[in-house]
Amino acid sequence: MNYKTVLTVCPYCGCGCGMYLPVLDGQLGQPIPDKTHPLSEGRLCIKGWAASEHVVSPDRLTQPLVRTGDDLKQATWDEALDLVASRLMTLRDRHGPDSLAFLCSAKCTNEENYLLQKFARTTVGTNNVDHCARL
Amino acid sequence: MNLPQEVLTEETRQIVSRLLRDNQVVGVIGLRTEHNHTGPHLFTSADDLKELTLEPRYPLATICQAILSSLSQGKLGVIVRGCDERALIEMAKLTNIEMERLVLIGLSCSEELARQCRCRRPYPSHIDVGEIVEGVSPLEDTQVRRLLEQNVEERLAFWQQEFARCIKCYGCRNICPVCICTECVLKEECWVERGQIPPELQFHLIRAYHIADKCVGCGACVAACPMEIPMTTFYTLVQEKLRELFDYEPGLDTKQKSPITTTLEETPLREL
Ligand code: SF4
Ligand code: SF4
Ligand code: SF4
Repeated sequence: MNYKTVLTVCPYCGCGCGMYLPVLDGQLGQPIPDKTHPLSEGRLCIKGWAASEHVVSPDRLTQPLVRTGDDLKQATWDEALDLVASRLMTLRDRHGPDSLAFLCSAKCTNEENYLLQKFARTTVGTNNVDHCARL
Repeated sequence: MNLPQEVLTEETRQIVSRLLRDNQVVGVIGLRTEHNHTGPHLFTSADDLKELTLEPRYPLATICQAILSSLSQGKLGVIVRGCDERALIEMAKLTNIEMERLVLIGLSCSEELARQCRCRRPYPSHIDVGEIVEGVSPLEDTQVRRLLEQNVEERLAFWQQEFARCIKCYGCRNICPVCICTECVLKEECWVERGQIPPELQFHLIRAYHIADKCVGCGACVAACPMEIPMTTFYTLVQEKLRELFDYEPGLDTKQKSPITTTLEETPLREL
């Protein structure tokens, strides 16, 4: 038997409530709200309480799917990323960089969000950058 | 008398260290402070014992239940306050957890905590750390007293106003050590409409009814409530009725049956 609790931050919104994720024999359990977190003080909203459910959900996507017509087909990461990259470049070349927009997320780290806006501004050439927290 | 926290913590560390050294337990569930945060932890060696802490309180009984279910051999140690032990006893009545497989390290609470929790029994059945302090009657609480003086309409209005703040996070249900049904009716749409906030009053009444004879008064539900709804005020009054009518308290003995599940012959009403 192996049990540990991992101190982490809720992945959902920008509040960043604190939680411990229990792992028992490699199985992820329901979050335990961190009572000593300065912001959330042992409380979570329903999303935080459910934060581990999607990880173990049988419906979770674990591979990229590419749409062809009405069908979704399993693809490798290389295939999927190549397709996204070439479509982005086609749209930019055909309609101009401002035909594209980039949505950052409160679920990402500062660094990930920084990278996304950097990519939007320097690689694609648009200032159309927004954030899910404004929705 | 209240002993200083550091003394109690040191004593607890020594007990845990002895249990581990003598291989009496596979590990001990307690609290650890690491990176300036404190949370539940399974101590399996003396290495991290200097990080053992006694505050704040976490639902250790629920963690014990999970670990015991996957522990094939040996015993599990756990640091328990009065309410943790009572929660384990209630769990043992409801599930297949075996109390014999637990080694309880009993911790008595301070007078201050007992007052805060309005706790009648701020100590477990056997105290290893700390000294016994006097319990506090839940009826001493000003809010409880005020409610008892009000009529039904006033009380209903009070609770409607309180429960109107509920954001249906399910925190009270998730954290509660005795709310452990695998199929919970609060997740069924015929009882609780999806997407409706605040939920109907029945959301809270169903829970109150289900834990009426099991609530051990740990206060974890209120502590986890983002909207600070004083649920235990409600449960306290139900508990007091059980005491008054049937002389029954949950969490004292695994063999004692709740009057809600027995007939009046088995658990007669008390002469009042
Ligand atoms: S309810 Fe509070 S005072 Fe009573 S045993 Fe639990 S922590 Fe201690
Ligand atoms: S006080 Fe709240 S969390 Fe604790 S046993 Fe009672 S209902 Fe459950
Ligand atoms: S913890 Fe509070 S807000 Fe959340 S469901 Fe319970 S009563 Fe409602």
